[in-house]
Amino acid sequence: MYAALWRMLPGPLWVRILTAVVIVCAILSALVVWVFPIINELFVPPEVTVGP
Amino acid sequence: MSEIEQRAAPLPMRRPRRQRATVVGVLGELFLTAGVLVLLFLGWQVWLNDIIVGAEQTAAADDLAEQWDSGEASTPTETSTGTPAPTETPAPDAIPVPVDPGEPVVAARPAASESFANLIIPRLGADYRRPIAEGVGLDVLNNRKTGVGHYPETQMPGEVGNFAIAAHRTTYGASFHDINTLLVGDNIYVETADGWYQYVYRGTEYVRPTGVGVLDPVPQVGGVASTDRIITMTSCHPYFSSAERIIAYGVFETWYPRAGGAPAEIATLVQAGGR
Repeated sequence: MYAALWRMLPGPLWVRILTAVVIVCAILSALVVWVFPIINELFVPPEVTVGP
Repeated sequence: MSEIEQRAAPLPMRRPRRQRATVVGVLGELFLTAGVLVLLFLGWQVWLNDIIVGAEQTAAADDLAEQWDSGEASTPTETSTGTPAPTETPAPDAIPVPVDPGEPVVAARPAASESFANLIIPRLGADYRRPIAEGVGLDVLNNRKTGVGHYPETQMPGEVGNFAIAAHRTTYGASFHDINTLLVGDNIYVETADGWYQYVYRGTEYVRPTGVGVLDPVPQVGGVASTDRIITMTSCHPYFSSAERIIAYGVFETWYPRAGGAPAEIATLVQAGGR
């Protein structure tokens, strides 16, 4: 799958590497900004207060 | 011919053959990707996000202090005739005479969820400054702008009794992540519009989640009239668990009215935060 994606990238080797790095960074940013916070809502954080 | 060369020889022949993607191959890659994503999420949740949210909470605390400063600064300039007051320059060798600030000012009770103070603990970081809001509900504790909550049934900063606050040990900024690293004698500053209340860390104990005695005016001694000013900080223990609570206590030392400037230990932080 990743091999096929790599072959789909156009241009010479350095352009491919650059494109791949940019795409990976974009995906990571999207995860951190949108996806992870949404998933995080599903977790119940530990309680920090004392109470009856 | 060596063994390595013999093995290496057929490689150029193999190269042009393009491997076709198989179902198992794609599935394997997807699983690997899922594993990497889970690890990334964990790293984000337990480490990166606390740094991000912690920085946001600190920025909110700086904004709060800036508001207090601007509000404080506007009042005297309105009454003055425009000439700045002559600043006294003490002799270089002069030992500053400690000024008795008098009884600490106790602020009015804030509205629910309102940020009314900042927590400054140098031991937890040179730039550690987190806003304290009224209430210990999730709207305060799981908030990117506050992070530390004040138990509404307890006293206010500087008030005789117990000023009890709570914050996360992990996730949501994790304001009390390193609360277990406090050492006896460490200063804990509570900054409000009125000034800085200095508490000194005294000790830590671990209680069950139902241990509400820690919130008493005299902690763990119910039904007694208090004469001391205590700060109580509660968080979860152990990390990532609700099994127990870690309780850190401090005792009031003195306070610094805002007009007189911040105490020396946190002067740099207060200056830098207001930039």
